[in-house]
Amino acid sequence: MRADLDIIQDWVAPNSKVLDLGCGDGELLSYLQQEKNITGYGVEFDHDNITTCIEKGINVVEKNIDEGLASIQDSSFDTVIMTQALQVMYHPDQIVDEMLRIGKECIVTFPNFGHWRARGYLAFRGRMPVSKFLPYTWYNTPNIHFCTFKDFEQLCVERNIHILERTVVDNEHKHHWSIRLWPNMLGEVAIYRITR
Amino acid sequence: MPQSIPEDSVGIVTPQTIHFDQPLALACGRQLDNYDLIIETYGTLNADASNAVLVCHALSGNHHLAGYHSAEDKKPGWWDSAIGPGKPIDTDKLFVIGLNNLGGCHGSTGPQSTNPKTAKPFGPDFPIMTVADWVESQARLADHFGIQQWAAIVGGSLGGMQALQWAIDYPERLRHCMIIAAAPKLSAQNIAFNEVARQAISRDPDFNDGHFYENGKVPKTGLMLARMLGHITYLSDDGMREKFGRELREGKISYDFNPQFEIESYLRYQGEQFSKAFDANTYLLMTKALDYFDPAADADHSLAAAVRNVLCKFMVISFTTDWRFSPERSREIVDALVTAEKRVSYAEIDSHNGHDAFLIPNPRYMDIFSAYMKQVIADIPQTDKENN
Repeated sequence: MRADLDIIQDWVAPNSKVLDLGCGDGELLSYLQQEKNITGYGVEFDHDNITTCIEKGINVVEKNIDEGLASIQDSSFDTVIMTQALQVMYHPDQIVDEMLRIGKECIVTFPNFGHWRARGYLAFRGRMPVSKFLPYTWYNTPNIHFCTFKDFEQLCVERNIHILERTVVDNEHKHHWSIRLWPNMLGEVAIYRITR
Repeated sequence: MPQSIPEDSVGIVTPQTIHFDQPLALACGRQLDNYDLIIETYGTLNADASNAVLVCHALSGNHHLAGYHSAEDKKPGWWDSAIGPGKPIDTDKLFVIGLNNLGGCHGSTGPQSTNPKTAKPFGPDFPIMTVADWVESQARLADHFGIQQWAAIVGGSLGGMQALQWAIDYPERLRHCMIIAAAPKLSAQNIAFNEVARQAISRDPDFNDGHFYENGKVPKTGLMLARMLGHITYLSDDGMREKFGRELREGKISYDFNPQFEIESYLRYQGEQFSKAFDANTYLLMTKALDYFDPAADADHSLAAAVRNVLCKFMVISFTTDWRFSPERSREIVDALVTAEKRVSYAEIDSHNGHDAFLIPNPRYMDIFSAYMKQVIADIPQTDKENN
């Protein structure tokens, strides 16, 4: 299992109702269903991922999250999860608001654009960062709204969002003491557990 | 005739008629004292009758889902693309039943059948059927085969409505429910189209208030108009443009009222063929069953409340250019099931074939269909008998 998913599953209560926005091939939901007996739904837009979810018996709903989540009722899920997808949304702030409306708790993960490698790339090469982790060039990237940890936490302050937990991991999704010390510089992936 | 029967066809099939003696009480307050259902089956029912799939038909469909009635048959059954060995509904593993619904005109008891009380055809006196009535008759069909629980019930359009009604009325009797290009109820616009179709039929002088069998005439013009109108709603604007555009049959405009555009002659041809093969009273009855379908009505108009007791898993599929039952209508079903915390998946297939897309193979549609049916097959309980 992807290491960030391993961290997330710890934050999901057994027998709870979970919505995974951008669920991919259903890896996390599949694990949560088997190990935590959750009632889960994935939302996905990629055709192959949807077929894979259906083959696995994962509940998956085809939907473009950018079109909104208005049809889902307030507080109808215990946990709403969005892993590595916030940066591809047209309106990430509105999506976070919607997630908090639908879910009692939300888990959000995103790549940290404040990581030293990204900073170094831009500072020294004068070009938009391209790495193994973020392999796209500026014109073809689906990642249209990059932010740093500090940016996200600023949004949380502005929107009155309560951060319950924060974990920062590196490229291999490992915690290292230095990351905890200097997260915005050394952490590559942010994992936030938030509520209203 | 097919040059040779394709390998993935169920081959030559023969319908069978099953007689039911137990009276069937209907939503309208009347009852059918006894009735026949004509059916076709494909594949083999396993020892514990747990691999059965029921396919419910749409407005003008029937029991002939797949295969050919004879080597001379020009066309296979209406869902041959989806049913057969190795096809999404795999007849190597599943036992499939197709039936003609009550009130139909392909062999099950309907307006053309003789009313035992008058010794004449029922005609317009045949009771109006509802989707729930059909489900009840299909449940008795399941009993006839000893099928306690269907592996899946599958249907498109009006057929999808029957599948949904099944899940509500008999939660324990199906494991999977596949609802394709359907809606939880008709919109005012849907009902309006049906009403124009009904008016076209009932105002045909040959209709004779539905008692046309005695006169040896059928309301051909009315049926043709009804079908032409219906057919427009089954196609999409894009699909029509692509297939017909503004093509002229003779290459030039003739300044008269004869059919000149290809679409005009296509619709006339389709309407005419249909009017030869379909019963006018059945058409009226089927459109009424559509209009009346509204399972949420019994639950304070909350579909989520209507499905609160369902137990099966759902697969809901819609098509992008379907404007008869648009993707929004399918999403209403999905939203209600999610609200009710039921297991459901949903896919929206890109197609320019409008409502008809549910009958036409399309790679992504067939992929999703197959992927879901693999789950249906995986969920068939394995008995010791089969393992030995």
